[in-house]
Amino acid sequence: MESTTIKSPIIRSKNFNAYFGNNHVVKNVSIEIPKNHVIAVMGPSGCGKTTYLRCINRMHELIPGATSKGEMLLNTEDIYSMHPIFVRQKIGMVFQRPNPFPNLSIYDNVIAGYKLNGIRLPKADKDRIVEHSLTRVALWNEVKDSLTKKGSFLSGGQQQRLCIARAVAMEPEVLLFDEPTSALDPISTSTVEELFHELKSNYTLIIVTHNMQQAARVSDRTAFFYMGELVEYDETKTMFTNPKDNRTQNYITGRFS
Amino acid sequence: MDTSVENGSVTRSDLPLRVINSGKSMIAVNARQKIRRSFNQIRAENIFKRSLVIIGLIMVVLVLGILLTLVIQSLPSIKSLGLKYLWGRVWDPVQDIYGAWPFLLGTLLTSFLALLISIPFSISVAIFLGEYYPKGWLPNLLKNTVELIAAVPSVIYGFWGLAVLVPIVRNFETHIGVEPVGVGIFSSSLILAVMIIPYAASLGRSMIQMVPSPLKEGAYSLGATRWEVIRSVILPYTKSGLFAGILLSLGRALGETMAVTMVIGNTSLIPKNIFSPGNTMASVIANEFTEADKPVYLSALIELGLVLFLVTVVINLIGKKIIDRFTNE
Amino acid sequence: MKAGNVKYRIGKSGGFQALVVLFSVACVVPLIAILFYIIKAGITKINWHFLVNIPKPVGETGGGIANALLGSVIVIVIAALIAVPLGILGGVYLSENKKSRLAYWSRLSIDILQGVPSIVIGIVAYFWLVKPLRGFSALSGSVALAIMMLPIVVRSTEETLKLLPDSLKEAAFALGMPFHRVIFKVIIPCGISGILSGVMLAVARIAGETAPLLFTAFGNPYLSTSITKPMQTLPLLIFNYATSPYNDWHDLAWGASLILLLWVLLLNIFTKLITRKWKVQL
Repeated sequence: MESTTIKSPIIRSKNFNAYFGNNHVVKNVSIEIPKNHVIAVMGPSGCGKTTYLRCINRMHELIPGATSKGEMLLNTEDIYSMHPIFVRQKIGMVFQRPNPFPNLSIYDNVIAGYKLNGIRLPKADKDRIVEHSLTRVALWNEVKDSLTKKGSFLSGGQQQRLCIARAVAMEPEVLLFDEPTSALDPISTSTVEELFHELKSNYTLIIVTHNMQQAARVSDRTAFFYMGELVEYDETKTMFTNPKDNRTQNYITGRFS
Repeated sequence: MDTSVENGSVTRSDLPLRVINSGKSMIAVNARQKIRRSFNQIRAENIFKRSLVIIGLIMVVLVLGILLTLVIQSLPSIKSLGLKYLWGRVWDPVQDIYGAWPFLLGTLLTSFLALLISIPFSISVAIFLGEYYPKGWLPNLLKNTVELIAAVPSVIYGFWGLAVLVPIVRNFETHIGVEPVGVGIFSSSLILAVMIIPYAASLGRSMIQMVPSPLKEGAYSLGATRWEVIRSVILPYTKSGLFAGILLSLGRALGETMAVTMVIGNTSLIPKNIFSPGNTMASVIANEFTEADKPVYLSALIELGLVLFLVTVVINLIGKKIIDRFTNE
Repeated sequence: MKAGNVKYRIGKSGGFQALVVLFSVACVVPLIAILFYIIKAGITKINWHFLVNIPKPVGETGGGIANALLGSVIVIVIAALIAVPLGILGGVYLSENKKSRLAYWSRLSIDILQGVPSIVIGIVAYFWLVKPLRGFSALSGSVALAIMMLPIVVRSTEETLKLLPDSLKEAAFALGMPFHRVIFKVIIPCGISGILSGVMLAVARIAGETAPLLFTAFGNPYLSTSITKPMQTLPLLIFNYATSPYNDWHDLAWGASLILLLWVLLLNIFTKLITRKWKVQL
């Protein structure tokens, strides 16, 4: 299925399955994700792409009745034999709707991963983390004078970048994005998309999107999910110019959505 | 989200290979320290999840404990007096004669009379706030004031009733030619009627506000007047909800102790009419519990408490069930 | 349709509306009558002396309610110390476990507890604490009041937490926070206004409770701070003195009633205001 073999993938799943009760939503997915790349996961709604994403950092199991089966590795470690706390500290996540903590200031939101986990840092370190993280998401100049304000005062796009900064501040290895721009206006969307290129140098990004143009614009590789199955996984350029599977062909030409 | 206790055992392989990426990290946290903290966190997480389950269990045990205590403590009375205790017409602890009928009757009379008096008022408030004037500062004031009725301590209702209401009732009794005692079933019912207004009113209000506006608009578009809409759309739609509110009011009236104790007159004779003094189950417990010197006497009082407990539990649960069904529709 | 018929129907509708307004406004009358009467009867009794002295024996004028004030505070604080942590965690448990079997029974138990008449709770507390400890005590009164507070705190916590969006919890979990930190650092702080208002309403509710204290805290004409001894509280003092035949004692009870009423009403109004102000923007 793959045109190129991937050397030492950072995430590798083999015959991975996920269920909601008896509902089989992710079927036998095997995938290898290379380091420092942007991977887009696309497919029509209900195809299991978000569920698969949430399995990578074990958020899926938080839903009552949700189970999973199969192999999922981070580097060489089995994610499902680690404690979820460690997994989630190494694999950050950004959600569909911006969800800054409403009870915290912008500053505290960025270091929430430390502050709320009870990790005490010297003030100078915290300042550095905050400035560094906010700079990485191109938010520093906009908020540096209002760091003590509550995060919920920011605009939607700014809130989403704040959430990315919050994830980046934890220095994870992988960043998961669950349709990160679907609640944003076009200008904020393009700002966030530019960030992906920026972040790629330090992190591996996995982005779920139902927007094909976005997948084409931002990703190095694309995975196409359909009805719980991984139909095709390839270089983005190859996928959009020369899809191997009929279903991919139909999807990218808009024959079903 | 799920809080089921996960497998708490942590093995060496769980150790993160790289808690902090040293190459690009700017964070000067000792990695080993951070790992140890994380292990503590995992232990704390497991303890916390277990304690939550224990607290859930405590709530069940608490209620079972209440029921069990009441049953065990009323056993002497149940054994020696039997079922006929409930309709025995004489209560004379000195002669060791125990019959609960005067108190059952007293409770039923005061509660239903109170309900009868309060329904027009509470339903009016519900319609006023739910339909006629749902917004504005004046309705808001009315809403808050009615809610405050429930906040006033019952001992204050009792004291005020004793000082102000009882003389008025006594006057009234002289006028209509019954024995002018003032204290009694009637006075208690009046006080109770005031106290239980907020329960039916606030529930009724929220039920009436939930009537879908297309239903009302449909009736208006056919030329119905406001009253006709209320009678033929709103009241039929909300009748189960209003009934639940009235049930909750009733549950409250049955169990009310202090205000009733202070104005009912406290006699264990069967009331002759609604102006007679009497006793309710709650008031006789309040009055005689600390004086009950014989085991059967005390146990008979607790059996009253058990009956009161069971009746109010059943009424409240039925009321809650109706509300749940109504709000889920 | 005839014009006369329509006029009749409109008239009937207006008449009904007038009736509803009349009955609604009438509801407020007893409350205002009680407020006015108690203020009138109580205001002249209240002075510094009244607040810092204990009641005098029959026949002597003067005396105050210091023992009842202090007793009420002690009994309520201990009750809150028992019920608030238990209630908040109970609310967390119920909102986190919507479907488990134990949660169903816990929820049912809380529903039942909410409707139990206060006098019954008094009986039970008597057998749980007064009898084993061989004597009436402030502690047993606090436990009885804690049982009354519990369902209010549990329910308000549960309702508040249910309204918080799941995304908040997900954000916290995704940062690798353990469950207890998610609850204590994110969920409870975000719902704090709703939880606090539940706690304050529960305190307001038990501040005026008398029935569960009759066989537990019992009352005490003297100043006592020992929680293993009988203790006077405001509602108990009002009940005992109001039903006594002495005018001096009635006066004392009116003063105490005014204080209790102000305490409870202010707590209620304060709660309403504070909930509006502290609400976390979501």
